[in-house]
Amino acid sequence: MPLLTLREAPPERLDFLAVNPLALSGLSQGDAERLVVGTTRRGLVLGDCFTVKLDGSDTLTIAGGHARLDRVGASLTEGAIRVEGDVGQRLGAGMTGGTLTVTGNAGPFAGSGATGGTIRIEGDAGDHAGGAVHAAKVGLDGATLVIRGSAGDCLGDSMRRGLIVVERAGAFAGARMIAGTIAAGTVGDHPGYGMRRGTLVVGGHGALMPTFVETGALDLVYLRLLAKSLRPLSARHADLLSGAPKRYSGDLATIGKGELWVAA
Amino acid sequence: MAEMTHLTLNGIPVEDTFAEAFDVAGTALIVTNDTARWAMIAATVMTGFATSVIGCGAEAGIDAELSPEETPDGRPGVRILLFGFEPNGLKDQLIKRVGQCILTCPGTAAYAGVDGPTKIKLGGAIRYFGDGFAVAKRLPDATGRTRRYWRIPVMDGEFLCEDFVRAVDGAVGGGNLLFLGRTHADTLKVAEIAVEAAAAVPGAILPFPGGIVRSGSKVGGRTKGMMASTNDAYCPTLKGRAGSKLPTECNVVLEIVIDALTSQGVSDSMRAALHAATEVGAAHGLVAVTAGNYGGNLGRHHYHLRDLIAKEA
Repeated sequence: MPLLTLREAPPERLDFLAVNPLALSGLSQGDAERLVVGTTRRGLVLGDCFTVKLDGSDTLTIAGGHARLDRVGASLTEGAIRVEGDVGQRLGAGMTGGTLTVTGNAGPFAGSGATGGTIRIEGDAGDHAGGAVHAAKVGLDGATLVIRGSAGDCLGDSMRRGLIVVERAGAFAGARMIAGTIAAGTVGDHPGYGMRRGTLVVGGHGALMPTFVETGALDLVYLRLLAKSLRPLSARHADLLSGAPKRYSGDLATIGKGELWVAA
Repeated sequence: MAEMTHLTLNGIPVEDTFAEAFDVAGTALIVTNDTARWAMIAATVMTGFATSVIGCGAEAGIDAELSPEETPDGRPGVRILLFGFEPNGLKDQLIKRVGQCILTCPGTAAYAGVDGPTKIKLGGAIRYFGDGFAVAKRLPDATGRTRRYWRIPVMDGEFLCEDFVRAVDGAVGGGNLLFLGRTHADTLKVAEIAVEAAAAVPGAILPFPGGIVRSGSKVGGRTKGMMASTNDAYCPTLKGRAGSKLPTECNVVLEIVIDALTSQGVSDSMRAALHAATEVGAAHGLVAVTAGNYGGNLGRHHYHLRDLIAKEA
């Protein structure tokens, strides 16, 4: 298993876009150590901060994460990356496949624009997890994002496709959603602000906007399929849909084809 | 008739001939409901008036009842098979039948029931009934493969319908057996037993009423313009005329017709029916078993009864 071991705290933010198991498998030890990961004029390379051990397999372990490691797994297409520690912003941004696991916390914009694969964050995620970066049209775009801890504000902002499972989320969860699904133990104020389509499933929520209208406690066939798809990721989130959850339709300030399900 | 019989099975003469069948487009649909009863109501209505492609546009039947564990949404369900001449005609019939019989039926949802090379748009067409309020949802199924569903608002909640189904390659329509009997009641009983055995084969249906057809046909007719007319060679009232194939003791002929998703399905189903019918044949006055063909030039698939007499292929 290829292994990157952090030797010391990076002196600047690092961009890990070029680091993935597939790319490393084609590099010699020297070339891998000379991969440029710095973001300043200093020209920091991978070998400056990490001990590099290669073996060509498709699972990369980064032992010792740091909040300055940005875009970890952003170019992942297959295989797996496991980070033992924290990561910085844009974790797995734009990734198209594979499995990305972070045992610590992630910075903002985790999973932004990711079209495939699964991202797991064992700790907390920052603001805009699964959300669109500034000036981008879409956030999460087909990947699955699982956050075991809590997420910040604007979770899944402008997400277009895919699934987010989170324990707790801040305000404006699912804001401006184009489509997709978010399942959360609890969310803060104004969930689904400006959402067009998409599904929010929550155990509890903060203040709701007046542009969400209650449509009753409905037992739809769709909920069975949704619960089935959630169960492998989190049985607790799947159970939010049992009983007869209360449905709100919104955001009626937009086309209003989104929905908020609140556990019974 | 008598001079052509060279074979016997369980003491019943079996004519040494073949059933001639055709390549058709076939698909499967799973319909589910909160109760098995309502799933069956939906399936029965959808497969109604679907005995012959020529007159009904499609041939359809119920393949199997499904337990909640076997359906995508964990509710009781029914697997329907639908056959047409070609995928476009099948699509037209599928949309009409789902639109009129499944969409309308309280509580029913519809899913693709078979994999195959040809996509047939289903929910993606019916969604227009939702008048712009319908939404699509992609969800992974039990195997992890993502499937797309349409959720169409209706008065009891939502009609959930898979975006598309698939038509299989290699579906065959028109496998058949003819049972020559002495009395109507006895021959019907033999045919019923044959239908039960034939229908038990997975992926095979018998589209006629109760699986049985009494008006077997030949190609063309004496009246100008008739594409098909009565199979006079097997009509008991026409016995004794030139061309009649019925022995004097035969007073009734009933036919079963089989469509299946594979040629093997037709063959298995015919074999099961032939064995089941001949086993009870002696007790019910069965005179002989034969099969219908058009001389072998119209259909690509020939199922020789000689080959079906062996228990296994």
